[in-house]
Amino acid sequence: MSKQEFTLTVYTENQIGLLNRIAIIFSRRKININSLNTSPSEVPGIHRFNIVIDEVEEVVKKLARQIEKQVDVLKAYYNTNDEIVWQEMALYKMPTDAVTEKVKVERLLHEFGARAIAIRKDYIVFETTGHREETDKLISFLEPFGLIEFVRSARVAIIKDSQGFHSKVKEFERREPGEEVIENEFLDKQEEVFSM
Amino acid sequence: MDTTTTETKKMGKKEDAGKAGHPAAAAPAAARKAGEMLSGSETVLEILLAEGVKTVFGYPGGAIMPVYDALYNYQDKINHILVRHEQGSIHAAQGYARASGKVGVVFATSGPGATNLVTGLADAMIDSTPLVCITGQVYAHLLGTDAFQETDVINITTPVTKWNYQVTDPVEIPTVLAKAFYIARSGRPGPVLVDITKNAQIQTAEYPGYQKCTHIRSYRPKPIVREEYLEEAAKLINAAQKPFVLFGQGVILGKAENEFRHFIEKGGLPAAWTILGLSALPTDHPLNVGMLGMHGNYGPNVLTNECDVLIAVGMRFDDRVTGRLDKYAKQAKIIHLDIDPSEIDKNVKTTVPVWGDCKETLPILTRLIEKKTHPEWLETFHQYAREEMELCINPEIHPTSKILTMGEVIDQLNTLTEGKAILVTDVGQHQMVTCRYAKFTQSKSNITSGGLGTMGFGMPAAMGAKLGAGDRTVISISGDGGFQMTLQELGTIMQCQIGLKMIILNNQFLGMVRQWQELFHDKRYSFTDIQSPDYVTLAKAYQIPGKRISERSELKGALKEMLDTKGAYLLEIMVGKENNVFPMVPQGCSVAEIRLK
Repeated sequence: MSKQEFTLTVYTENQIGLLNRIAIIFSRRKININSLNTSPSEVPGIHRFNIVIDEVEEVVKKLARQIEKQVDVLKAYYNTNDEIVWQEMALYKMPTDAVTEKVKVERLLHEFGARAIAIRKDYIVFETTGHREETDKLISFLEPFGLIEFVRSARVAIIKDSQGFHSKVKEFERREPGEEVIENEFLDKQEEVFSM
Repeated sequence: MDTTTTETKKMGKKEDAGKAGHPAAAAPAAARKAGEMLSGSETVLEILLAEGVKTVFGYPGGAIMPVYDALYNYQDKINHILVRHEQGSIHAAQGYARASGKVGVVFATSGPGATNLVTGLADAMIDSTPLVCITGQVYAHLLGTDAFQETDVINITTPVTKWNYQVTDPVEIPTVLAKAFYIARSGRPGPVLVDITKNAQIQTAEYPGYQKCTHIRSYRPKPIVREEYLEEAAKLINAAQKPFVLFGQGVILGKAENEFRHFIEKGGLPAAWTILGLSALPTDHPLNVGMLGMHGNYGPNVLTNECDVLIAVGMRFDDRVTGRLDKYAKQAKIIHLDIDPSEIDKNVKTTVPVWGDCKETLPILTRLIEKKTHPEWLETFHQYAREEMELCINPEIHPTSKILTMGEVIDQLNTLTEGKAILVTDVGQHQMVTCRYAKFTQSKSNITSGGLGTMGFGMPAAMGAKLGAGDRTVISISGDGGFQMTLQELGTIMQCQIGLKMIILNNQFLGMVRQWQELFHDKRYSFTDIQSPDYVTLAKAYQIPGKRISERSELKGALKEMLDTKGAYLLEIMVGKENNVFPMVPQGCSVAEIRLK
């Protein structure tokens, strides 16, 4: 069995420290995380992780079970690239002069599906979403014209085969509402508190 | 851990100004009612009482002082054992949990107090021992400031806890602690750590009363039992000519000893144990064929690679049990019963997985299998046992040399205790010898550090076991290396008058490492030659009677004296310096390549 790209989708409670608990399942086995996205799901109180790794399926299966075993994890799935639809967003900051004088902006906009999201006197920020290869291609296109800054988001992925988790997660939250996260409310009150 | 800070003024919010510094003359503890204003510390103790906690192992310090202050009023209800080092407290709690089947509870302070728990947490994690550790933490507003005795305990302990949580607000305490106990004891048990900042211990909040936690929405302690898999498993067992059962601690943790016995008796199934499964089935049961693994019995190891159906119950195919995996039971169909779905297929590929609590799955399986015996197959085990008896066991327990062996000590102990005592071992040669030769008649009698192999575990764990085991005799058996790792707990035994019997099997070496050096490193005894103090004098300094023997003629009398002495006793037995534990499956070899010498 050879390594290939897998995307793990993990539904969790909104708990402080859970990101670390999940991340160390990978680092303990010296597995690199290629991309990690964690954000609130469509249902308040439930978070969704997308984790991308290169591994053999046998290992990924075990990783998913270890993740799902964590008390605050609701469910963990793993999928190959064929089984998901995914996107990554990328931002490119370019010098305005170069763009207006040298770059064929039209080509940029059409061929790469890019759009300008900020236009200033000194720079323009373009945005595009797509697969890794597509965003990479735009980097190499822009680089000769003086790319100032680049950033790419983590992968977000939707599982093709699913019946849709929306209703399930929604129903779940309705039946058993999640607990509210209590954050450390005293952290910035040092001045007001005398302790020693 | 001592503190150099003093408390002068407390935090604002929710704080009762008139109560600054916790008055010593607080009301005596009576069960507090819902609606009362309690400090976080009092709430902690109320929840412990509600959870049925009677014994706590701990050590005070700056950041846990409010809890200890509250404990002052609860001394008649909670027996607090003041240890000499936090590692001792957590091992004691582990021993307590393993002997009693209850959750072990630990108090420790922040920083070094908490970091000293880490070895015990890792040990409890890998051996599935239910613990709740409550650690103090610096004031919430000081988190992340490198305050005195501040450590990031939550992140340090994440990989070695089943769950952990930091409390910064007293309002959270009742639900978080109830959750902690539920998580620790349910499903596959494990250690839980709750880190409570000092302000949350001091501040008051309305006590909502105790509410038992029985459910957490994201947590499935037990997988749903699926009968179709049990039917598949039963079919395999019914068709098997050479079925072989391996059992682990799952049987004990699931309180399924009787269910397990009925299962193997109906199927006529020979059964062998992992060292954590030991004592779940009486040693002299006709179907008990012995110990698995690196220093296990001859038959069970060899026949693992000859059986046709292998039934694993509540065990996790540790590498010390399986030896080389690609040559492990390849001929057999494998049925694996486990409560933890992540264990199925983790190390050994199963033919039929049976997810679930064996307390529930075993009776179903027993009902589905045919009543059978396998006399010829069982006889194969006996043949191997006879060979092992002649080549390994007899020389160990009836040695021809004048020098005492570890095996004969355990053999003699069996006779005197009639297999009724709890034996707590440390890690090394004496541990393997004890597990190999000890005879047990009841469950929860063998307590040892299995997965982590923590030297220094034995004596403190035995201390806890003694407190958790009621009237049963508890004997710790240690080597001269391991005993020196945690011998400060002699102070605890003295002060709390714990009637623990301690045996040190002294071979003047770090024996197991020396054995490997002899066998695999050309006898290059690199730093395994270890000196001991005069243990008997040391014990005497702690007001514990003791004796050292080295002659066979003294053995029985000395053991008897130890057992007959009221209270604690230390017996040092000088044994052969360079004895080896055999049989042995060398690392990287298949179980079938087990060596008898």
